Amino acid sequence: MNKIWLILQREFLIRVKKKSFLVVTILVPLIFPAIIGGLIAVMIREAESAKAETVQVLDESRQFAFESGKKFTFIPLDMSLEQAKKVYGETENFALLYIPAFDINKPEGLTIYTKENPSIEKIGDLERILEERVRDLKLQEYKIDKETLKNLKTNINLKQISISEAGEEKASNSGILYGLGFVLGILIYMFVMVYGIQIMQGVIDEKTSKIVEVIVSSVKPFQLMMGKILGIASVGLLQFGIWIVLITFVTSSVLGYFGLKMPQQQAMEQVSKRVGDDEQVKQAMEMNQPNVQVNELLGHIDQIPFGKIAFFFIFFFLGGYLLYGALFAAVGSAVESMQESQQFQFPITLPLLVGYLGLFLFILRDPHGTVSFWLSIIPFTSPVAMVGRLAFGVPWEEMALSMALLVGGFLFTTWIAGRIYRVGILSTGTKVGYKTMFKWFMMKN
Amino acid sequence: MEALIASNVTKQYANHRALSEVSLTIPEKSIYGLLGPNGAGKTTLIRIINQIIAMDGGTITVFGEPLSSKHIGVIGYLPEERGLYKKMNVGDQLLYLARLKGLSRADALARIKVWLEKFEIKDWWGKKVEDLSKGMAQKVQFISTVLHEPRLIILDEPFSGFDPVNAQLITEKIFELRDMGSTIIFSTHRMETVESLCDHIALIDRSKKILEGPKKQVKEQYRSNTFVVEHRGNHIVLSPDRYQVSASRVVEGDLHSTTIQAAAGITGNQVLRELIDQTEVYAFQERLPSMADIFISLVKGDESLLKHLKGI
Repeated sequence: MNKIWLILQREFLIRVKKKSFLVVTILVPLIFPAIIGGLIAVMIREAESAKAETVQVLDESRQFAFESGKKFTFIPLDMSLEQAKKVYGETENFALLYIPAFDINKPEGLTIYTKENPSIEKIGDLERILEERVRDLKLQEYKIDKETLKNLKTNINLKQISISEAGEEKASNSGILYGLGFVLGILIYMFVMVYGIQIMQGVIDEKTSKIVEVIVSSVKPFQLMMGKILGIASVGLLQFGIWIVLITFVTSSVLGYFGLKMPQQQAMEQVSKRVGDDEQVKQAMEMNQPNVQVNELLGHIDQIPFGKIAFFFIFFFLGGYLLYGALFAAVGSAVESMQESQQFQFPITLPLLVGYLGLFLFILRDPHGTVSFWLSIIPFTSPVAMVGRLAFGVPWEEMALSMALLVGGFLFTTWIAGRIYRVGILSTGTKVGYKTMFKWFMMKN
Repeated sequence: MEALIASNVTKQYANHRALSEVSLTIPEKSIYGLLGPNGAGKTTLIRIINQIIAMDGGTITVFGEPLSSKHIGVIGYLPEERGLYKKMNVGDQLLYLARLKGLSRADALARIKVWLEKFEIKDWWGKKVEDLSKGMAQKVQFISTVLHEPRLIILDEPFSGFDPVNAQLITEKIFELRDMGSTIIFSTHRMETVESLCDHIALIDRSKKILEGPKKQVKEQYRSNTFVVEHRGNHIVLSPDRYQVSASRVVEGDLHSTTIQAAAGITGNQVLRELIDQTEVYAFQERLPSMADIFISLVKGDESLLKHLKGI
């Protein structure tokens, strides 16, 4: 145990002392909100400052009275289509819109001529203008005035309350739950991949620098493997901790800037980072609406048991990381370069990818369905799947089963990986396939 | 007491036998050469002694006790495939390796200081290994091997990659360590090293031990009673049932060199006495087999040994 601890310390310290660790740890929580904020700002500005495109219109139906607006400037023409095309060809204008005489119940033959392929968005905008006009014409024909139509439109927002088994009623918001599940699932997927690859890289480095034989004359290969896996896990947890603190700080300052109240301070301490982003994005979008509504939204967030979610998130992160980390270590021991490892990386992370896809296809759509259940029980997919389900509430017996299986799962993969690792790290110069790995696995000590 | 006794050590891999019933006796404070061609099983044996891999059969005792994990701190191992963490500095690296061998932090620090001074590289502490030359890294590696003052030091091809100056330095340190009471096992196929350093040898070939003993005794054992004489004039006539004149060549002018193999029991003095009556002797010497001769002949089979020793 003492030796695992020494190895763990080394693995931890060499990574934490690197400048890149500091940079990533500090920048990531700032970069995400910055990128999202930046994108929104750019989009808004672009939409506002976009130059209106000039469209020449040949309207043979005489039904349209185009008004130039922000997006388009319309120039009516009165000539034959052939002539119009020629005129358009000589200009730098965006498009020529040709409207033949048509039946308003079956508008056909409307055509747009352009020099370059126009964006779907612009075509959509033009179509909307035309559709609106045709609708107005229909309204006239059916003798419906616009006011009546407007009154017909109804908007209902279902107030969502989930009743727990104890009969307790809780306001919920499936949008927030969806977002939370989505973000947590992706985070687990990313963390397991990123830190798993670090393990593999570390093992390959030890093998290619040839220090490994010196080390295993002092410690058992298994101790070396576990020390490395646990050392990198500690790096991950430290990084994670710093992110939570930073994001909480950034989020609360941003909320404070907009004059909004933080959801219960205590709860926020455990909010994962993207929740913070979501709030900011939502705020940016709802700035024009009364703050009351945003505060109501924050109230919903308040209902989510963040402490519990954070606990399970860390549990499933560690479980998934240990399960896949051992496999990454085994692959690292078998190959001699990162390139060579590619062929094995995909197969071992395939189940993780299945969990990731399952998150979108099943879990977020139907968190309590059969497929969702199995995905969140099987240890190879459960880290992503169960964390995705977390926010929706999982019965405790399912949770217990999933956790027990995950523990069993990583003990199992660690056992397999240890057997491959002990032979692999000392084997050089041969190209290794699955058959060789299996032979190593079966080899007695 | 013996530093290490291996008896009937066997290791079987899927398609080949790496060691079959190898028994060795390594006396304390000896410099013991473990010889053999590539692939003979030397590295397998060394890995078994270091408990990196397990043996399938046989026993090993170290200083009178069955080999176990508590001997990790007793053994210092410099593998043939060696290296250091490139991104770590020299001091931290030595400290880490020493602590893995069971040294306390304080002890390790004190000893690192002593050894860095011995090699006159005190100012290397903060240097990263990737900034060191190969020879410099080898010194650091050697220090890491002996830092925990192992009673049994195992060096696998220790001089590969060393320039002559550093090789000489390491040789001195090896003798020093032996004089301080360490036992040194050398694995090599470089005969000049064996000739100059080892006092005991064992030869392993195709998974079997085929020879073991004190170097002197081994050489004695392979004496073939062959003599080389340099003389003027080319007329040596010796009784063919007692002597076999196997080769004669001109050295310079009428100076000749002749190789004579005498029958068992005939001493050098007797041969010389016969020669003096016949020719003018310039030089006379018994041809003793070098370790290389013995090595090559045993590995290739005895026939070539005879040829070699006869000077054909």
